[in-house]
Amino acid sequence: MSESAARLSVFKTYKLFVGGKFPRSESGRVYEVTDSKGNWLANAPLSSRKDARDAVVAARKAVGGWSGATAYNRGQILYRVAEMLEGRKEQFVREVAEAEGLSKAKAAAVVDAAIDRWVWYAGWTDKIGQITGATNPVAGPFFNVSATEPTGVVAVLAPQESSFLGLVSVLAPVIATGNTAVVVASEKAPLPALSLGEVLATSDVPGGVVNILSGRTAEITPSLAAHQDVNAIDLAGADAALAKELEIAAADNLKRVLRPQPVDWAATPGTDRMTAFLETRTVWHPTGSLGAGGSSY
Amino acid sequence: MPTTVPAPGNDADAAGRLKELADVTASDSTLRRFLHGLPGVDAVGLEARAASLGTRSIKTTSKAYAIDLAISMIDLTTLEGADTPGKVRALAAKAVLPDPTDRTTPRTAAVCVYPDMVATAKAALAGTDVKVASVATAFPAGRAALPVKLADTRDAIAAGADEIDMVIDRGAFLAGRYLDVFEEIAAVKAECGDKARLKVIFETGELSTYDNIRRASWIGMLAGADFIKTSTGKVAVNATPANTLLMLEAVRDFRALTGVQVGVKPAGGIRTTKDAIKFLVLVNETVGEEWLDNTWFRFGASSLLNDLLMQRQKLSTGRYSGPDYVTVD
Repeated sequence: MSESAARLSVFKTYKLFVGGKFPRSESGRVYEVTDSKGNWLANAPLSSRKDARDAVVAARKAVGGWSGATAYNRGQILYRVAEMLEGRKEQFVREVAEAEGLSKAKAAAVVDAAIDRWVWYAGWTDKIGQITGATNPVAGPFFNVSATEPTGVVAVLAPQESSFLGLVSVLAPVIATGNTAVVVASEKAPLPALSLGEVLATSDVPGGVVNILSGRTAEITPSLAAHQDVNAIDLAGADAALAKELEIAAADNLKRVLRPQPVDWAATPGTDRMTAFLETRTVWHPTGSLGAGGSSY
Repeated sequence: MPTTVPAPGNDADAAGRLKELADVTASDSTLRRFLHGLPGVDAVGLEARAASLGTRSIKTTSKAYAIDLAISMIDLTTLEGADTPGKVRALAAKAVLPDPTDRTTPRTAAVCVYPDMVATAKAALAGTDVKVASVATAFPAGRAALPVKLADTRDAIAAGADEIDMVIDRGAFLAGRYLDVFEEIAAVKAECGDKARLKVIFETGELSTYDNIRRASWIGMLAGADFIKTSTGKVAVNATPANTLLMLEAVRDFRALTGVQVGVKPAGGIRTTKDAIKFLVLVNETVGEEWLDNTWFRFGASSLLNDLLMQRQKLSTGRYSGPDYVTVD
């Protein structure tokens, strides 16, 4: 027997990422993931709506700690994610190349762009407050401040075509501002997303801040859209018909809804995806007769 | 159905059997002989049986029935040093109307408080059928002299408690002074008379072995307990499916032997609807429908109710609910 044939290949079992752990789907189901030419790559978990519910529970638990962490600390952790990605670049290049049918060089460029995007959003964590908040001029003896705070649990439908750069571009802005996320990965190409879970688990991101589900988008998302404990939903990965259905379901508890729009994922994003999931809180603080009647304070 | 107690003499009628049991508690040595004569518990088999019953799938209409039944069996409990009259009143309001958005939600069985809060709870529950349960006898440690424990019980009943949750003297039990434990329970039972039903807490987490839980169950039932209850909720291990199954077997055997029905109350650590339904399956499969009623089975819990309400909302609306839609208590 030749030496090269002696070793059996080790197949990877792709699993979900929920609450900082890597469970299989509660339903026990998997589905076949193929590359762009239809060749089998791996089996990915086929999530059920119960997996979605469990993910929301995990995300809700994580809201307090993550939104309460200092923005600076969140920035450090997101930067750490970029560092970890850098170390596993090779794996992501291979997965992206297979999933999207790109050449190795093109896939490497996509992964580089995705890592840069993490760094870009990591920098925004402690700056977004400056551009969204304000002290407001009001006609009265009040000190009036508006400041933004995270919306809460955000369901994110990752883009279907851009399996990694698109995913990072919708996930990073959600968690950068202190929200927690339940991500539904691209249905056809979930492997880069599931691998990203392994990176997040080793990057000091607290368990539950990001939860990643794979499966049929149309099966998982209606229960997320209708879920009373989900505060917002990003419909980036929904087609027109599904987006309409989900928006109707999301209306019941007045979720924030970010509608799908054509995006060039390679271009530098604006702040729109961060501000979409921020709530403005305005505080009126009485100042007595400050400056009016010669008051001493 | 196999029982764990050797069948009494051939045609002994119930009265004769009870008399026979009176002999059992005549002295420390007869009681000890009886308790140590109980068959040993097969721990592996018990846990496997409890686990296998926990795998039953209860869905749709059965689930709706189970949720409503579980809500109606809850002793909504607050036993904190920081309890205030306001908190007790809030809890009482919740017991009467658990889900203000859905008035078809059943009431809980009782509100469970410390003795000094009984009057507050009683006033808040006036005119409803929700009972007031009070812990007593130096809960949760039970480390006090008998007259103190009896006075504690008397106070709670005088304030209007419908049910008394007493703790046994685990120190005496573990030291082997079974008759002391028996006599203490009997004394508290005498204090309760027909004014209050008596629940006896064994604190199973402190009894170390399943054999001890079986013995304690029999002491409690022989001494006249109306309910046997797993735990105080104040130690690391509280109600588990296995120890509850064991106690259900004990009440089943006790009724087979004496004709007297005794209730069971698992308490502490039951937080989710899934857990509660597992316990209901245990009840149904071990002692049957006669116990599926809040006269004979209760849950000692506080956070369980919110989870049941969220599941109930999910069943009625089709949408997963969240903690924003139930009260914080």
